[in-house]
Amino acid sequence: MGQRQQRLVKRGCRAWLGWWVALLCLIGSGCVFEDSTSESPAKSEQQRARATTLVRVAAAADLKFAFEDLITAFAQQHPEIEVQVTYGSSGNFYAQLLQQAPFDLYFSADVSYAQKLVEAGRADPGSLSTYAIGRIVIWVPQDSTIDVERLGVQALLDPAVQKIAIANPQHAPYGRAAESALRSLGVYSAVESRLVFGENIAQAAQYVESGAADVGILALSLALAPAMADKGRYWPVPQDAYPQMEQGCVLIQGASDPGAAQLFQAYVLGTDGQRVLSRFGFQPPGA
Amino acid sequence: MDVTALWLTLRLATCTTAILLVVGVPLAWWLAQTRWSGRVFIEAIVSLPLVLPPTVLGFYILLATSPQSPLGAALESWTGQRLPFTFWGILLASVLGNLPFAVRPFVSAFASVDRRLLEASWCLGEKRIRTFWRVAVPLAWPGVLTGLVLTFAHCIGEFGVVLMVGGNIPGVTRTLSISIYDNVQALDYVAAGQTSFWLVLFSFVVLCFTYTYGRRGGVV
Repeated sequence: MGQRQQRLVKRGCRAWLGWWVALLCLIGSGCVFEDSTSESPAKSEQQRARATTLVRVAAAADLKFAFEDLITAFAQQHPEIEVQVTYGSSGNFYAQLLQQAPFDLYFSADVSYAQKLVEAGRADPGSLSTYAIGRIVIWVPQDSTIDVERLGVQALLDPAVQKIAIANPQHAPYGRAAESALRSLGVYSAVESRLVFGENIAQAAQYVESGAADVGILALSLALAPAMADKGRYWPVPQDAYPQMEQGCVLIQGASDPGAAQLFQAYVLGTDGQRVLSRFGFQPPGA
Repeated sequence: MDVTALWLTLRLATCTTAILLVVGVPLAWWLAQTRWSGRVFIEAIVSLPLVLPPTVLGFYILLATSPQSPLGAALESWTGQRLPFTFWGILLASVLGNLPFAVRPFVSAFASVDRRLLEASWCLGEKRIRTFWRVAVPLAWPGVLTGLVLTFAHCIGEFGVVLMVGGNIPGVTRTLSISIYDNVQALDYVAAGQTSFWLVLFSFVVLCFTYTYGRRGGVV
């Protein structure tokens, strides 16, 4: 047998081995397909031990830290319910929910999105409620030279400020609030070229927390969160400078377990939930 | 590290690679063999995801699979499932997005097979399919394997299109790269750093493998 032929045979064997591996992959993926609707094994084992129902929540990014506390407290009362939250911009969630994204509850930073979902027939009209009033602050890192508490909105005009982080006004209510505050306080045209846009308010906060931006116009709830509280200083933007940020929540039509979802919604609206939210700077609705 | 996201990512990458093996090898073989002048169009289509932003692909997939589109409506009545925001949706996105990472190495692997060996096999009376399996595939195997490994690795790191079509749902569409994005926004730099480190290490190992093995197959 020539050398070349030998090599061919060797490669042939390797090829067969390869196809076997591929076949195994296929079989493996076949099994994977079958259980693709269920949770991953690592997770579901844990869940079976603790929780029996899952509530999927789409929440505005300003709730990121407040909801962590709130859900821990809720889990003590209802160990049988696991609440799984995805944070993002309210406008993005609105678009996704219109496209049937599989969430059970929607906590928007702007009640109008929740209203529009009801109008579109995607949410339960009876469940529509306001859970909090949001506030915005001008935030700088602790080591910044800008005296934001004293300067207020004038801090944005400081020559040391190169980038100002806000949430994207196109689909994030906090971005819209920031923009209208800038306009009503008369500094919008002066700072417009220095604005950078986070995909949601948490990303805007991350931009300025990491120092990539010098100043941020953020949610008070993020400024008060443990992860940020000792890292910066802020000036609360007067509430008459921007339209009131009524935050609304709603139960999504076709929720997998409406009862469990309603329990969580009621908890957020109840005294326990409201106490946690007020700790993070949210005002109770109607205040 | 987010174990749920890791498991989901591995599942997604395995399924994508398996599908692209089954679909990509025949397509690549045909592309390498055909003398049809229209093949450039097929090659261009296969390579499109390399140059298009993931947002374009994600946008079209969302449009095509939404219940308002004829395709989406047909799929829903047929499977009873809606594609966006499900594992199936990100699988479709990932298969389309990774097409060039599999098919291009496959094509160059098949193209580098000495045509005289194929012709010799045909002249000796072997059927085309048998020639494909016994001559072309063994000779092109290192290139095919390289393509598979590249696809798998690229899939692990897929971000934009998965975020657009999947919507960041834990356990369903939140892959490793999206969990890093989440961790950064939650200011959890430790978790983001850990996951990122493992991804860097994994990608480095994969590329070392690709360059060792791919060179032998004449792909890289």
